[in-house]
Amino acid sequence: MLAAATLALIVTVALALARAALGPTVFDRLQAVNTIGTCAMLLLAVMGFLNGRPDFLDLALVYGLLNIIGVIAVLRFLRQGDLGAPGVPRR
Amino acid sequence: MSTLLGLLSGISLLIGAFFCVVGAIGLLRMPDVYTRMQAASVIETLGAGFILLGLLLHAGLSLAAVKLLMIALLIFFASPTASHALARSALLRGVKPALADGEEGPSKP
Repeated sequence: MLAAATLALIVTVALALARAALGPTVFDRLQAVNTIGTCAMLLLAVMGFLNGRPDFLDLALVYGLLNIIGVIAVLRFLRQGDLGAPGVPRR
Repeated sequence: MSTLLGLLSGISLLIGAFFCVVGAIGLLRMPDVYTRMQAASVIETLGAGFILLGLLLHAGLSLAAVKLLMIALLIFFASPTASHALARSALLRGVKPALADGEEGPSKP
């Protein structure tokens, strides 16, 4: 079952990666990146149990914290910098 | 007793894996940003919740269980925050939600 969950999470990451490559707006890409981060956390946790080393849970915890900080930082940058779609007036 | 716990853990892991794949398919196939966000939230609530429940049953009473609870707490606080910030930022940037004919969007974000 752990192997099946690992496989499903890898498929999830692949589909989200496709959305990140396709996504028309930058927000689609950010949503996909956020999803990939969540799946990477779960993947670390499941793989830790699969290999019999639950210490990987610490890595998953740190990865999740960095993930949320990264998404919020990019959103702040989008609000104040100009990484967004060209032609949209800045607020 | 341990076989029952193993069975429940396996079933939870399978349900969580199913919801993860369903959410990813929704993320790929939904028509606009906001609906994709809604599809992705399935991964972060039901998928992550069931997978962590399965791992929790697998771990039993140990330090790993406490860490798993911490991860669940982190996901349940962080992912709505990220979704809210993302949706608000997209709306402020002028990304219009795709609507059916004859409906009007929000006048002010």
